[in-house]
Amino acid sequence: MFLLPLLMAAAPVAEPPVEPAPTTTEAPVDWDKEFGVVRKERDPVTGEIPVDPYVQSAANAGAKPYSGEGLAKAFGGQAGIRRITDRALELSEADPRIKAIFEEHDMVRLRRTLFEQVCYVLNAGCSYTGRDMKTAHKGLGTTRADLNALVENLQRSMREAHVAFAAQNRLLAKLAPMSGDVTER
Amino acid sequence: MRKSPVFPALACVLGALVSAAPAAARDLVSFDSGKLILTNGITTIEGSGGGGLATWATISGMGTDRAVGISAHVTGVELPDFRLDTHGIAAGIRDRVELAYARQNFNTRNVGAALGLGRGFQFNQDIFSAKVRLAGDLVYGPGWLPQVSVGVEHKRSLDAAVVRAVGAKASAGTDFTVSATKLFLGASVLANATVRWTKANQFGLLGFGGDKRAGRSVQFEGSLGYMVTSRLVVGGEWRTRPDNLGIAREDDAKDLFAAWAVARHVTVTAAYVDVGSVATFKNQRGGLLSLQLAY
Repeated sequence: MFLLPLLMAAAPVAEPPVEPAPTTTEAPVDWDKEFGVVRKERDPVTGEIPVDPYVQSAANAGAKPYSGEGLAKAFGGQAGIRRITDRALELSEADPRIKAIFEEHDMVRLRRTLFEQVCYVLNAGCSYTGRDMKTAHKGLGTTRADLNALVENLQRSMREAHVAFAAQNRLLAKLAPMSGDVTER
Repeated sequence: MRKSPVFPALACVLGALVSAAPAAARDLVSFDSGKLILTNGITTIEGSGGGGLATWATISGMGTDRAVGISAHVTGVELPDFRLDTHGIAAGIRDRVELAYARQNFNTRNVGAALGLGRGFQFNQDIFSAKVRLAGDLVYGPGWLPQVSVGVEHKRSLDAAVVRAVGAKASAGTDFTVSATKLFLGASVLANATVRWTKANQFGLLGFGGDKRAGRSVQFEGSLGYMVTSRLVVGGEWRTRPDNLGIAREDDAKDLFAAWAVARHVTVTAAYVDVGSVATFKNQRGGLLSLQLAY
């Protein structure tokens, strides 16, 4: 007998209470909050998202720079290099093969560090201040096919900038040995 | 309910297999065509991936290490007194294993009549080959470490009686190869060196072994190429060969080639080829034209 109130409470009510009609003004679910994702604020000055602290070193560039000014000249100096690296990233962000990798990436920082790296390696008067290749690519899950797609985009941007093919390969020769650090699978 | 400990273990393994199988199957049939253009090489006249004459350490097809690739080729070699036609298919699995088949048809034209075989007699040969990449990468990784592969090529003449009559000891034979290939980007130069252990006479078209030497000997294949653009390589090759038959001297084979990637999946190769003396007919120099489709 004493169960009856309980059963009654559990039984479905004949007429559900009238719920307010869903409105478009209802706040969407904050999935970042639900999953505990902490979004870091972009630095107001640089526009970059801060990364974990690391020791800055030229060795982080992953390659010894060329000596002499020939290659820097072949790439059109710092202005030419910046056009090429920006263009390679622009092509990659639009490349259906690899665009997904860049969608959640801090492109402001990547544009700066890629330029610095290429400029440093070509001895065009920059120092590289970014992280080492392994740390910078950690968790990206990039494959050999992804790397090849990026190389093709870089080749295209160099070609568009009329960099001689042999000079293009001199840059790639410095980047190619890093393959093990920039791919994971 | 009692079970021996084997059953849970078995169930685990089966479960793992079942859950892994769809993923493995999906990977096995995935074509990514993700190799850099021309880094799959072209197809040799023996069906393996490489240059025109020399087998390279490259794996055929455009698939990368997480995919498969396939390629097909047709090649014609026009010589003063002969014509060689080859066609074949090759599969590359995860840029690790290459399996290939090629058919060679060697037309003797007027020489056939002179040798009493009949005008236009054709020597035919099937070649089944396999290659495994052991270490290194053609493009990536340490600059000093080339891509290194070992290969096996099993050749079967379809004219057993005739090649024996010519003096060959056998109508079938197997070559073993070790190849090292590297693209030296700093110099835009591609270099290959291959050691081949073989007893083939004229690539096997005239059988295997002879009166001068019945067994295998160590031969060398070298290739040097210059990348003019990302779609054009020019270069040359040199291939030493056994000289097993007393009645017909065999010379080294050489070529000068230009390989052009017309499109991502299409490579056309033209070459000037010198194979020296063939079946007593000297100075066999001519042209090679090859078409390769690769995915």
